[in-house]
Amino acid sequence: MKSAVIVFPASNCDRDAAVALEQMTGKKPHMIWHQDTELPEVDLVVLPGGFSYGDYLRCGAMASQSAVMRAVKAHADKGGAVLGICNGFQVLTETHLLPGALMRNADLKFVCRPVTMNVEETQNVFTRRYANGQVVTFPVAHGEGNYYADEETLNRLEGEGRVVFRYAAGQNPNGSSRNIAGILSEKRNVLGLMPHPERVVDPLLGGTDGRGMFESLIETLS
Amino acid sequence: MKARVFVTLKNGVLDPQGKAIGHALNGLGFGAVGEVRQGKVIDLELSETNETKARAALKDMCEKLLANTVIEKYEIELKA
Repeated sequence: MKSAVIVFPASNCDRDAAVALEQMTGKKPHMIWHQDTELPEVDLVVLPGGFSYGDYLRCGAMASQSAVMRAVKAHADKGGAVLGICNGFQVLTETHLLPGALMRNADLKFVCRPVTMNVEETQNVFTRRYANGQVVTFPVAHGEGNYYADEETLNRLEGEGRVVFRYAAGQNPNGSSRNIAGILSEKRNVLGLMPHPERVVDPLLGGTDGRGMFESLIETLS
Repeated sequence: MKARVFVTLKNGVLDPQGKAIGHALNGLGFGAVGEVRQGKVIDLELSETNETKARAALKDMCEKLLANTVIEKYEIELKA
């Protein structure tokens, strides 16, 4: 599987994503600068966590207007896989590749800790190696991860089986609507989630629950 | 021409910052303060002199960047 990690000014999980991808695939991902207008031939594009453009205006708003995002959009429109983690999820909603918005955490606090989630959907390239309903623990680290969408959109996401990750009961760290932690696009090739799978691929770093996502992608896209 | 754009959360969208400000004001003894909503003000200078065109351009700016219309609404104020 060939992959690319997009690097915005103030991305700060781009290296974590690159290390995880290299460890899992055996290949170094392409690191793509936000001003680049073209992507190399890749199977997966990762939008990493961080604070792109200093979170100016709104988280992900400036990044959504960057040159490279036009290429990412084209990749997604062709059915290419796109994974947005944390700030990457915010960028995906601002780019309208995913519906809804990520708002300030309900208690106004930056939350940085492991959270337990349920994998609710496995019919997609990102989570097929997990069991349906599997309980996984990924770390979160965000101040604006409170997923919001209108009732109609939330119903549609649930009805179409697009809520992939849901915070376990009592674990919602940010006030997200219906405990939503991660969602898929309509064509199921774009996934955005607040928790960090790339930080749990090595037991030395506190867990391996994130490996399933990379194994799913490798199995499907290689 | 100068313009001022107000970006605020839509009605019904939870505004925890506004809530915290309201609590703080109550704590300061401003007991009459009920709900507080917080927003942004963006001042822009435009080279456009035609008001209709300026308003149309500003609306476009709001839709494309200045506001996230999933959660926010906007108001435009023009000053000659």
